[in-house]
Amino acid sequence: MAKVIVVTSGKGGVGKTTSTASIGAALAQTGKRVCVVDFDVGLRNLDLVLGAERRVVYDLINVALGDAKLKQALIRDKRIDTLHLLAASQTRDKDALTDDGVERVMGELRASFDYVICDSPAGIERGALLAMRFADQAVVVTNPEVSSVRDSDRIIGLLDSKTRCAERGDRMDKQLLLTRFDQGRCSRGEMLSVADVLDILSIPLLGIIPESADILRASNLGAPVTINNAASVAGRAYVDAARRLAGETVPMTIPGVAKKNLLDRVFGRRAA
Amino acid sequence: MTLFGFLKARGTAPVARERLQILLAHERVSLGSCDLLAKLRDELLATIARHIEFDPEKLTVKLDRAGSTSTLEIDVEIPSDKFTSGARRAVPAQVSAA
Repeated sequence: MAKVIVVTSGKGGVGKTTSTASIGAALAQTGKRVCVVDFDVGLRNLDLVLGAERRVVYDLINVALGDAKLKQALIRDKRIDTLHLLAASQTRDKDALTDDGVERVMGELRASFDYVICDSPAGIERGALLAMRFADQAVVVTNPEVSSVRDSDRIIGLLDSKTRCAERGDRMDKQLLLTRFDQGRCSRGEMLSVADVLDILSIPLLGIIPESADILRASNLGAPVTINNAASVAGRAYVDAARRLAGETVPMTIPGVAKKNLLDRVFGRRAA
Repeated sequence: MTLFGFLKARGTAPVARERLQILLAHERVSLGSCDLLAKLRDELLATIARHIEFDPEKLTVKLDRAGSTSTLEIDVEIPSDKFTSGARRAVPAQVSAA
């Protein structure tokens, strides 16, 4: 049975889309059938990060309204056979998405994939609530920074009250993905530590993704870092997070802590 | 940075942590699970009001999350005379003595 995972955060710009694409690609590389779904109607970007921006014909709203069949709207990744994208509409109004329409699409996706990963828009409006509504579990993307942590806390509250899972009386499984982490700044006391954020948000940790030039380089090229440069520190961090999401036990490493050579010590204290 | 700046408390992260802890403790009560809290409050009010007359304003419901546990705190202030006449009509002497 498929697992529906929502990638959410409340705050914008923390790395939801990047994380959706990177984790989706990493899971698909293991042979699992994965569909990443963009819920950011009017501001879609998952297609761009995956390098599929010129291949979008039909989108989530077309399928939800019955204007197109799911098969017509799904875009298969050219690099990984098992990775698919369902894009958001760039032109339609987000109110065109209805509860019933999304529920039907989610049902169809569940039938044909192992993982359905929903990329939530920022905010706590309709699009964000619909992205989380039918999820079985959530990845809360947070930066070690006050506004992001506060918004994540709000989102955790919504995951516990506004989802089908919560309404059934079940407890939604929520995991924290700490992104744009910089160990150097953290050890100088300039940035909230992993322990600080975990302590405040009280949800288990899925992974720690370092602030990294490799991620920007990958998105410039339209390839998630797990495809473009899986051996990089950020790439490995995402691969590990994806393995944990799939239920494997992978030891947690804080990127930038293990290896620090003399040059790093003398010149730059930025990790990763 | 001043000349002896390095002697001062290091880093701003502890300040961020403390501000967040205070803010979120407050927001979780007023915003975080507002639906659940409002529902709990209404149902508690209805249940208590069935047996005792009291001022609805004197009922506070708090939900707090700290570490791995959550606590639900219910505080009801009941005027002593209401309690006497409403709840224990059968044994008035005993209650008023208490």
